[in-house]
Amino acid sequence: MSEYLLILVSTILVNNFVLVQFLGLCPFMGVSNKLETAMGMSLATTFVLTLSSVCSYLAFEYLLQPLGLEYLQTITFILVIAVVVQFTEMVVRKTSPMLYRVLGIFLPLITTNCAVLGVALLNIKKQNGFVESILYGFGAAIGFSLVLVLFSAMRERIAFADVPLPFKGTAIGMITAGLMSLAFMGFTGLVNI
Amino acid sequence: MSVIVTAILALLGLAAVFGALLGFAAIRFKVEGNPIVDEIDNLLPQTQCGQCGHPGCRPYAESIAAGGDINKCPPGGEATIQALAELLDVEATPLDAEHGEEIPTQVAVIREDECIGCTKCIQACPIDAILGSAKHMHTVIASECTGCDLCVEPCPVDCIDMVPVDQGLAGWHWNAPKDQNIIATDKTGLLEDMVEGGNLS
Repeated sequence: MSEYLLILVSTILVNNFVLVQFLGLCPFMGVSNKLETAMGMSLATTFVLTLSSVCSYLAFEYLLQPLGLEYLQTITFILVIAVVVQFTEMVVRKTSPMLYRVLGIFLPLITTNCAVLGVALLNIKKQNGFVESILYGFGAAIGFSLVLVLFSAMRERIAFADVPLPFKGTAIGMITAGLMSLAFMGFTGLVNI
Repeated sequence: MSVIVTAILALLGLAAVFGALLGFAAIRFKVEGNPIVDEIDNLLPQTQCGQCGHPGCRPYAESIAAGGDINKCPPGGEATIQALAELLDVEATPLDAEHGEEIPTQVAVIREDECIGCTKCIQACPIDAILGSAKHMHTVIASECTGCDLCVEPCPVDCIDMVPVDQGLAGWHWNAPKDQNIIATDKTGLLEDMVEGGNLS
């Protein structure tokens, strides 16, 4: 049990995917202008990341490994992720138009989020089991959401701050992200997995 | 050799399964939306006046899509009926007089020195084209006004006039190229030109 907890803490804080492993930086910079969109993106990513993490694990464990085709993992995972995202979009659209409106355009965008593929590949590399894969994916997504929401809240305030002209816009965003990354280095050594 | 064949077959099988899954989902989770309603809605004048007996243009479009009459829209007039008849491939019928007569395009104009700022016309306006607040003078955004005359009746001091926008040959002129370097807030002057020129659409 404590092992599972450690996985969560590790992925959310210590090995945060965005600020420590530098995966998924594109949506991190791209959709963090407004808190509302950041939350939509976080929700959608959490959903997809957890699901695709499990599905890729299953595809690897029950298809690639028995056939000795481990070297096909990247292309297989991309296929799995694309299908999971597409399928999720269809189901959500049918069952919950409200949720579809919130997640809307973010769902297809996640297909190209490298954190999603990163989690799937790291699961294999770390030889995580079924439950570990779920938790690893979920923790990574929560870490991503946490950082994204924090960052977008900061950027909303920075938008009104008196930033020197050369640093306006994305430049100050980059600096903020760097400082946040430094802050997250403080968690190093908290858990070692 | 057999390794390559296995690899190709495995990927092929995986792709086939996923393809089948998505194909199934596309049918099973199909979202019913009627595209014809959108097309009809596009043809309607979007005055949202309610003269057809429906609460707006889109509900009217839905009723047409369900097989209702196409001749209930006075603001659209003959032209709209023709367009609808063409789209739906039905006989064009003359405008149903019960719902009102076709009148030339109008805009509402508030006589601003008589306005007492009661906000009643603001509440009546279906497309929020009247600007103003309580005890302050109101005015009509001419470019937004659809000429539905719903604001005339609620006005307690009768200070709203419906002014026809001349769209005949006399009021017609070339769309002179305007200065492109305007920003949104500069539009007022441009707008008055358009109203005077009768080119308000």
